[in-house]
Amino acid sequence: MLQEEITGRPEISPPKSTTQLPSAPPQPDVNAIQRREGGLKLGWRAQLAVPLAALVALVIHSLFSKRAPAVETHSYTLFVYEIVGVSIVLAIAQRFWTPLRSWMRHMCPIFTVAILALGLWDLVTFGFQLLPLPYFPGPAAVLRSLISDRVLLLDSTWHSLALLLSGYMVGVLVGLISGICIGWSTPIRYWGMPMLKIVGPIPATAWIPLAMVVSPSAIVSAAGLIALAVWFPVTMLTASGISNTPASYLDVARTLGAGRAYLIFRVAIPAAVPNIFIGLFMGLGASFLTLVVAESVGVKSGLGWYVSWAQGWAEYGKVFAALIIMAAFFSTVMTLLFKVRDRVLVWQKGVIKW
Amino acid sequence: MVTLAQPEASSLGVREIRKSFPAPDDPLTSRLVLDGISFSLAAGELVSLIGPSGCGKSTLLRLIAGLDSADSGELLIGSDPITHPGAERGLVFQDPNLFPWLTVRRNIEAGLVARGVLREKHEEVDEFMRLVGLEVFANAYPHHLSGGMAQRAALARALINHPKVLLLDEPLGALDAFTRMRMQDEVLRLWQARRTTMLLVTHDIDEAIYMSDRIMIMTSRPGKIERTISIALDRPRQRSSEDFLRLRADILNFLHLAGKA
Repeated sequence: MLQEEITGRPEISPPKSTTQLPSAPPQPDVNAIQRREGGLKLGWRAQLAVPLAALVALVIHSLFSKRAPAVETHSYTLFVYEIVGVSIVLAIAQRFWTPLRSWMRHMCPIFTVAILALGLWDLVTFGFQLLPLPYFPGPAAVLRSLISDRVLLLDSTWHSLALLLSGYMVGVLVGLISGICIGWSTPIRYWGMPMLKIVGPIPATAWIPLAMVVSPSAIVSAAGLIALAVWFPVTMLTASGISNTPASYLDVARTLGAGRAYLIFRVAIPAAVPNIFIGLFMGLGASFLTLVVAESVGVKSGLGWYVSWAQGWAEYGKVFAALIIMAAFFSTVMTLLFKVRDRVLVWQKGVIKW
Repeated sequence: MVTLAQPEASSLGVREIRKSFPAPDDPLTSRLVLDGISFSLAAGELVSLIGPSGCGKSTLLRLIAGLDSADSGELLIGSDPITHPGAERGLVFQDPNLFPWLTVRRNIEAGLVARGVLREKHEEVDEFMRLVGLEVFANAYPHHLSGGMAQRAALARALINHPKVLLLDEPLGALDAFTRMRMQDEVLRLWQARRTTMLLVTHDIDEAIYMSDRIMIMTSRPGKIERTISIALDRPRQRSSEDFLRLRADILNFLHLAGKA
């Protein structure tokens, strides 16, 4: 196709040929797929592992559940029954639906171990009461707290999200600007870098006493601290990305007639984007930490506040419930950032994996 | 000034260029890299510069491109002195140096964007993609391209600014032997289509004889142009013709002797 296009032009002498085609975009190899599906025979082990684990969890729970009032264990009993039900449905459905089968084959060890771990937790806490109460409630108690306190938990999550986002956004924005300035301009680098190196490593949470005094409202000072925590890694990584822009890209751009704006915004910044994302991830981790600490110290809302409040009443079921919500919340935010990165760095696909 | 839309070439004048760099082992002393280089290229001429590695060929190209400045001497495009990098002098490196974050099409139009003329000239992008036969790969990213295709994209990117002089710094040096021969024809085709003045740095003697109107031979430490040879063979040239092989032997012989001296 390529050659026809060129030789079709009469005014130019026909090129001998063009270079070889690039490696074609990954075409699914039909044979490979068939081989894979052939290999995906329904192993009894893979099919039964998850339902069996669920049954084990169910048996453990039923052995001890009579000991406590039905109200306390009711939701968890239902929950375990649901797990058993879903796992049986999945085991049967994968027989007829291949995509599910390959997914289940991949996930089956994780599911099995997770469900067994749930059973073990039940056994150690609720069953044999090996761990001191009230610090280590069983899964039934945690689930009950999760359900009974859902309104407050949802509200706390919402407040945490708002605080996290406002602090993170400000930190990223300021961090990008200062990082670009420090990375690009030598005089700014001379003054900015020492300051960054001295002030940056102080954990944002160490500023809490000062922030409480300076700022009129706890929310504002918490947002400021989160921004500070995010600002440092974002600035550092952006600056290093910008200043490590390959000189050859800048040279090429100059010979194409590029001015300073083009060199900064269309060469140095795109070249720094992989680095910038590392900074964004580090900043996100720092922001979670700062958020929770700030909420448990000064701010009167959010998941961090909820945890310390529940702890104050020795309601450890609620503490664990909040931790579960936090895990789900933070990993969702992290996953979203990964998705954004994959979107922005398509041009890099296959070059870097992390 | 002639409008940029017309393919136009310009002469290139290099007068008594000297350039030294700090010696790597002792920064207080300096090492003379180019010692009074003088030559000129007529408009539309294709001239090769060959010589051993480290003789200052690439340094000379960077000076002409305006990326570095000479210690003394004069560089002229037509009658204008060279002070800065500019779009009227295209430069293609051995590494295509395509911007990996841009698609092939966006890479090729980079020069138009940089000069802020994309809107007026966007139809030229298609023309140049067709010229180098990459229109199918317009939306591919550079990491999908083979070495030869990437280098053709780099050529189109340099040519879209209609440079008066195109500087080629071993542009085919990283390609395998077969691809390289095909790309030599490709560059000749582009040269014939655009009639741009071209200065080609290479250390492939066959490539120099096959492509150029004249060959300048440099020797190193410090870099000097020792000899200039006009190639009067008709194009397309036969790589195994008697005249070709005689020129080749002549140049090899000269480089060998110059190396001994």
